[in-house]
Amino acid sequence: MAQAQTTEHVGLARVLGPAHIWALGVGIVLVGEYMGWNFSVGKGGAYAALMACWFAGILYTCVAMIDSEVTSTVAAAGGQYTQAKHIVGPLMAFNVGLYLVFAYTMLEAANAITFGFLIDTVATMSGHEAGSLDQRPFIILAIMFLAWLNYRGVLATLTFNLVITAIAFTAVIVLFLSTSGIFTDSPLRHTELMSGPAAMPYGWLGVLAAMHFGLWYYLGIEGTTQAAEEVRSPARSLPFGTLAGVMTLAIAATLTWYVCSGLMPWEYLGQAGVPLFDAARLSGSTFLMVFLGIGTMFATLASANGCINDASRAWFAMGRDRYLPGWFGAVHPRYRTPYRAIIFLVPIALIFALGAPIDQVITFSILSGLLEYTFMPLNIILFRRKWPLESINRGYEHPFHPLPAYVLLGLCGMTFFAVFLGYGTQLVAMIAFYIVVSLWFHFWRYRFVNRGAQFTMPWPKPRGY
Amino acid sequence: MAKYVAPVQGKVGQIIDVIVLLIMAIGALYIPLWMGLAGSSKDPQPVENPTWESLGQNPAMVEQWEKLGYSDAASAAELITARFDYSFSITALIVMIVVIVGYYAILLRFSEKEYREVIAEKFGE
Repeated sequence: MAQAQTTEHVGLARVLGPAHIWALGVGIVLVGEYMGWNFSVGKGGAYAALMACWFAGILYTCVAMIDSEVTSTVAAAGGQYTQAKHIVGPLMAFNVGLYLVFAYTMLEAANAITFGFLIDTVATMSGHEAGSLDQRPFIILAIMFLAWLNYRGVLATLTFNLVITAIAFTAVIVLFLSTSGIFTDSPLRHTELMSGPAAMPYGWLGVLAAMHFGLWYYLGIEGTTQAAEEVRSPARSLPFGTLAGVMTLAIAATLTWYVCSGLMPWEYLGQAGVPLFDAARLSGSTFLMVFLGIGTMFATLASANGCINDASRAWFAMGRDRYLPGWFGAVHPRYRTPYRAIIFLVPIALIFALGAPIDQVITFSILSGLLEYTFMPLNIILFRRKWPLESINRGYEHPFHPLPAYVLLGLCGMTFFAVFLGYGTQLVAMIAFYIVVSLWFHFWRYRFVNRGAQFTMPWPKPRGY
Repeated sequence: MAKYVAPVQGKVGQIIDVIVLLIMAIGALYIPLWMGLAGSSKDPQPVENPTWESLGQNPAMVEQWEKLGYSDAASAAELITARFDYSFSITALIVMIVVIVGYYAILLRFSEKEYREVIAEKFGE
């Protein structure tokens, strides 16, 4: 403990710019275009998945607008956790911290599973007997390597992310340009593949149900705020990086849907493990197949890398405030990273990467994200009420308040219903967990937390208190 | 308001707290899996002697299935016929709504109580 007491006062290094923020946000999420989004096709058909993509785009635009305003003012590690601590209260902050940790750790596990699946697919295509490759060593190695990278320093980690995210994004653009018919004959066959019952196999209920995995197109973009304490100019970089990230993803998501739905029957696409790689295979081009294979690998690694970064910051911030044992609140004296939090979360990611089916892991991640998005409208309404615009300087003020908050709340309600359709047990189990853990925090854990010291922002007293 | 001084938690207490949290988290995520309650309600519908036509596949779809490695209708039948069951009871829906709303109500109520203590200590009554 003596060491923890001395090291935790070392601050995180302020070394990141807007491009790193973009890379952190898009890097985490871009894998959503490479895998997982297509389960929305399985839940409602191809048209339903496109509508879900755009509705989810509106949801995340609201998230980015709200988040940018609050984060441009609350520039500290922990992102939404720190926001909740200053605006709503400690119990909400504890829950939000857990949402972040579980959303990102489950996403990291899903990435590792996909990485293993891709290696298996490539091995099979190379003549290896189908399904006989043991994927586990690749899953373990991927997680361990990225955790080591995170341990060594945030600048190297996010510079690595910037490079591999740019390559993965370029692969999506190249696939679209190569198959769209702009330069050569297009192999896309939307009319035939989406005709008759294939158009809307579940009717309008399917559109609603597709919102469940529609979130996967963008899930994690809000993670940009986790780096708030390591950004050189938070008031400028965070809104710019986050909003640019949402725009990038909306474009990439639509292009991905367009190419994949024009190449695969919806029944196959709805359960494919690596849909963009499959699309490249179906294009008939070896170059595209190799490029998209590399893109898939890079996207999974970039996402897992960003997830380790974000989950560990949230865990670290909770440890620093004693919401969790203070031992986790230590910063590495040399690398200035939250190294104990990084190491601690590795086995948890491995437990799920090695032991749970991918759609379950993705659903756990989506549910944690959804609970977090439901908190955001409450957060911004209380923020504006307690600190009106003229009371503190904001780096960014989002327009049309409170409309984005109400739209976000409505879309979250819709998505809860979508998850309920098919995955209701997980929904109830997860909320039951958060209720139990909230009672544990309120009646036990909170006694170890100093009261006034939690409030660290240089703000005036909130109105109404 | 008198300043609250939090007790220092010992190493054993810290370890126990982490273990409790881990058990709750892993339990919440894994118990539905172990009990077979988790997962989608997507089940394949058995079809005897399936053909591409009987599975509702047009020539363009068949061509893509074949490129994907499904050389005949039987090999793809399970994928094609699997459907989600979206039927649900109103009672289950109401239970879900009550659980979610109740959860946020607990959060906001307890948070407000804790927050007032924080503000009182930070800024004075």
